[in-house]
Amino acid sequence: MIKVENLVKKYGNVTALNHLNCRFETGKVTVILGGSGSGKSTLLRQLTGLEKPDSGSVYFDGVNLTTANKKKLYGIRRKMGMLFQGSALFNYLNIFENIAFPLREHTKIADNIIKTIVTMKLEMVGLRGTEKLMPSQLSGGMMKRVGLARAMVMDPKIIFYDEPTSGLDPISTGVIDKLIKDLNQALNITSVVVSHDMESCFRIADNIMILFFGDIIAEGTVEEIRNSKDLRVKQFINGEPEGPIPFTRTDKNYLDEILFR
Amino acid sequence: MSFKIKNTEKENIGIIIVEGEVDMFTSPSLRDKLLPYFERGVKGVIVDLSGVSFMDSSGIATLVEGLQWSKKNIKEFILTGLGDNVLNALSLTKLDRVFNIKADTDDAYKELSER
Repeated sequence: MIKVENLVKKYGNVTALNHLNCRFETGKVTVILGGSGSGKSTLLRQLTGLEKPDSGSVYFDGVNLTTANKKKLYGIRRKMGMLFQGSALFNYLNIFENIAFPLREHTKIADNIIKTIVTMKLEMVGLRGTEKLMPSQLSGGMMKRVGLARAMVMDPKIIFYDEPTSGLDPISTGVIDKLIKDLNQALNITSVVVSHDMESCFRIADNIMILFFGDIIAEGTVEEIRNSKDLRVKQFINGEPEGPIPFTRTDKNYLDEILFR
Repeated sequence: MSFKIKNTEKENIGIIIVEGEVDMFTSPSLRDKLLPYFERGVKGVIVDLSGVSFMDSSGIATLVEGLQWSKKNIKEFILTGLGDNVLNALSLTKLDRVFNIKADTDDAYKELSER
């Protein structure tokens, strides 16, 4: 389980995370929603210990990531899997070597054992038989599934998904959604999904968290979020262009800026 | 729970007793104990997992190597004392039906030695 306490992260004058408190429960899929610039990716970087916050704490199974030394942090990271937005496969390695990569980097496991592990993971994502193909020979959906197999190869306790279905067709999206949900249940891990995709979110989430300029403006189950009376939440889940969430990033009035510069 | 492993051999049957967590970092020790038996070609190998509290994919893959050896050489490779955690890990990888699984090491040894 991950617990976030009073987390603050600023970039210059911009407060990306504003005293955030939340938790990500074991065995649950938590989806973090929010528009561009809402703090989703910043939160993900703090949760994985890739960046230090200005203040506050992130606890992974009781260990504070923000104060952990490098050795401890690396040990904890071995328990984390990450599916990157663009799959982030190594173009110069075939599918087998892409999935085997973390095992070769972090363990002393023998080749024969690695081969079996990779086969097991490819079976889980339904891609056995693609071992010798190169990433460029796969569709976007298949690349995501390979990315997922690689994220799982070290048997992580938590998997982070950064926009796992962006750019995918509806069927590939459904396949990825089902995999996220099924694997979470079967492996009893913690899943943290950063997404824009409302349909996908409602399909997979046990809990939803909506960020808005560094604050959590709503938290709850799918039903609770669907029935939220908060106008910002309604605007976000219905994709309405007009509403309390502004389209523009500056508070400065457009005409003032044009006429009185 | 810390990882411990010991092995004995009786009448050309290898018995390996594993305790604790079998993960990416401890499973190579299990393999190190198994390989000499495979190379020497004993009558059979029994792996007692009754003290195993956790087993990850690398542990399962190490046991699969034992299974590969037994199929190739028509030998016996038996797992005993599997708790729910190990059984779940095997079923997750769809391998729960391919291993020769016995409840008890003594019974497995008796059966194997009488062959």
